[in-house]
Amino acid sequence: MPENVYDAIVIGSGISGGWAAKELTEKGLKVIMLERGRNIEHVKDYVNANKNPWEFPHRGGRTQQMVHDYPVLKRDYPLNETNLDYWCSDKENPYTEIKRFDWFRGYHVGGRSLMWGRQSYRLGDWDFEANAKEGVGVDWPVRYKEIAPWYDHVERFAGISGSKEGLPELPDGQFLPPMEMTCVEKDVAARIKEKFGGKRKMIIGRTANITVPFTDQGRQNCQFRNKCWLGCPYGAYFSTQSSTLPAAMKTGNLTLRPWSIVTKILYDKDTKRATGVEVLDAESNKTYTYTAKIIFLNASALNSAWVLMNSATDIWPDGLGSSSGELGHNVMDHHLGVGAGGVVDGYEDKYYFGRRANGIYIPRYRNFFGDKRDYLRGFGYQGGGSRGGYSRSAEEVSLGADLKNALVEPGVWTMGIGGFGETLPYHENRIYIDKNTYGDKMEQFNDPVTGKDLGMRPVPDKNGKQRVDKWGLPVLAMDVEYKENEKKMRKDMLSDAIEMLEAAGVKNVQGREGDGTLGRGIHEMGTARMGHDPKTSVLNKFNQVWDAPNVFVTDGAFMTSAGCVNPSLTYMAFTARAVDHAFSELKKQNL
Amino acid sequence: MNRRDALSRVALILGGTVIGANAFLEGCKPADKKSSDDSSAKPLFAATDAAYLDEIAETIIPATDTPGAKAAKVGAFMTVMVTDCYPEADQKVFIDGMKKLEEASKKKNNKSFMDSSAEERKALLIDIDKEAKDYMASKKNEDPKHYFRMMKELTLLGYFTSEPGATQALRYVAVPGKYEGCVAYKKGDRAWAS
Repeated sequence: MPENVYDAIVIGSGISGGWAAKELTEKGLKVIMLERGRNIEHVKDYVNANKNPWEFPHRGGRTQQMVHDYPVLKRDYPLNETNLDYWCSDKENPYTEIKRFDWFRGYHVGGRSLMWGRQSYRLGDWDFEANAKEGVGVDWPVRYKEIAPWYDHVERFAGISGSKEGLPELPDGQFLPPMEMTCVEKDVAARIKEKFGGKRKMIIGRTANITVPFTDQGRQNCQFRNKCWLGCPYGAYFSTQSSTLPAAMKTGNLTLRPWSIVTKILYDKDTKRATGVEVLDAESNKTYTYTAKIIFLNASALNSAWVLMNSATDIWPDGLGSSSGELGHNVMDHHLGVGAGGVVDGYEDKYYFGRRANGIYIPRYRNFFGDKRDYLRGFGYQGGGSRGGYSRSAEEVSLGADLKNALVEPGVWTMGIGGFGETLPYHENRIYIDKNTYGDKMEQFNDPVTGKDLGMRPVPDKNGKQRVDKWGLPVLAMDVEYKENEKKMRKDMLSDAIEMLEAAGVKNVQGREGDGTLGRGIHEMGTARMGHDPKTSVLNKFNQVWDAPNVFVTDGAFMTSAGCVNPSLTYMAFTARAVDHAFSELKKQNL
Repeated sequence: MNRRDALSRVALILGGTVIGANAFLEGCKPADKKSSDDSSAKPLFAATDAAYLDEIAETIIPATDTPGAKAAKVGAFMTVMVTDCYPEADQKVFIDGMKKLEEASKKKNNKSFMDSSAEERKALLIDIDKEAKDYMASKKNEDPKHYFRMMKELTLLGYFTSEPGATQALRYVAVPGKYEGCVAYKKGDRAWAS
């Protein structure tokens, strides 16, 4: 095979890219997976994974230097001492916030599969049918029965622990044994079921942590350290490194190339096919070309849109896939930050052993089963019930041996839940390549709603220059916000959380209404949606770009609606299905 | 539990006052900060301050049948945290607080905190702890925390995440290997360190 020529190119090595590489190579295709950042080798490069808490000089916290260096990451929990190297540099990778948008990224082999929350739920037909029924956005070109076997396929390989519940509102999957609830969670679950006549349920979270060994993949079962996001030396949670990458490597068909920023997809207007990609080597700054019959674009929803916007601009000024006018539009995330918590009396004689890398889940119940709200769609809750640690206030004891003796015992039980709300696809929620010009002057950027310090940003200047990243590449501008439907939903998210915990006997229940800025759910979706019609969608029902059928986009960009469940499992299933389709089309010589 | 809920949920329970964790979550003004490992910057703390803070920490968490805060080197930990993690305004509150504590010692016990007996130190810090609680209860949101609240938070964080604190005062299992959600607990059993 000539140099730089492959059967397939995979752009990005995160959850969906890893799946594309595995499935393509297992079908016998020669594949190169291009990753913009550095390599992180499984186990060997998880440098902090076996550290004890006292080995972190700031015990995991953030220093002022870190706050200074990471103006975006500092806005939420990801900025921390323990896995800082897994988050990309905000300064090397700037973007423009027309409206505040929190973008938390991992630019390395494995992408965010290394740090993800691992909660894994299926969409159902109420999700796939909702847009059509309600006249929102466009209809999903797929229904549950088409994707269900692919959910089975990816769950069996990734390993999802969970309980079969037989709920009409949340399809069961191919589960490994579930993790156990704490005593208090079990009781709260029973009371919620009773008080709400079985219409609301609390179940154990479904998580991509294996509870039995996967010997054939060389993975050990979860050791309950709850240090997943440092990288797991046991390979106990699904990541590219622990699961799909070794499978792809085993075929002998995969080449992995880190430090490879794909700047554009090369397009042949005569054949109406992509021919390959152009790569900027992030270390040498040299440009390379790779060619292939099939291209899988898995750069994460916003960056995949960026790649398309930079491609075939001689034919479509706004890029490959822009002919519908929907590329970069319909940006979605889940809106979070609303919930409640309180104290549970009793159970002083109960405790638990181990650190469970999982929580509880309350599936969506709003706008289901005859319930009708003044907004569309709904939300689920995640949370947990546990005993307080030393960080409780112990207000009644001042200091000395009495304080110490009080704090070395576990505290009272607390129970808390937080909502994950569905965001609708709005055409006007969009990202685009920022072609405005800016001067050297910087200004302070504060959140217009909360007043929160969001760091410095450049001031527009007619005579200035276009914004670029460390490699001189243009940057994205984000013009995204949640709207009335989400605002109304958040009211229910708050009052329902309080109501449910109080009904379950939780005391001193306090609601919490944080800011729900989009992006911070880290579930970016929708920038190249699927649909039935090339006039209103970017991708067809097999994730193929309408204008270039040998380009498949199978990360969050394809999502036609967001659902309210954590989306990564859905990306896995659609990726495997798209590869299957790509391979059969290739054999028929349709690509 | 879920990573994104870990700190926020606790913060919620305690009304946003996770002891020791506040500095991690609060937004801070960007500034060119001194770092504890930057030898060229003028240090915030004098060489003797860690030993002084050790004694404050030891009064808050004394050695009993398990080691105290001094054995866990909490004084040095406090200097690192205040230098590296605290915004400038809080650093000033902390440093001024050390002076106030010394003045209060001279006023109450007619001697320096370091020259005071363990009982005298404890009586003094109980007074200051009460003052801190009263202040914290009545302060406006944007007002800084009381310096002794900072010292107490850092002492608890530093001690219970130290090797002696986690492994001797609490129970630390690096690799639990299994999870049991609902097991018996009897009064006196120590809590799990994480």
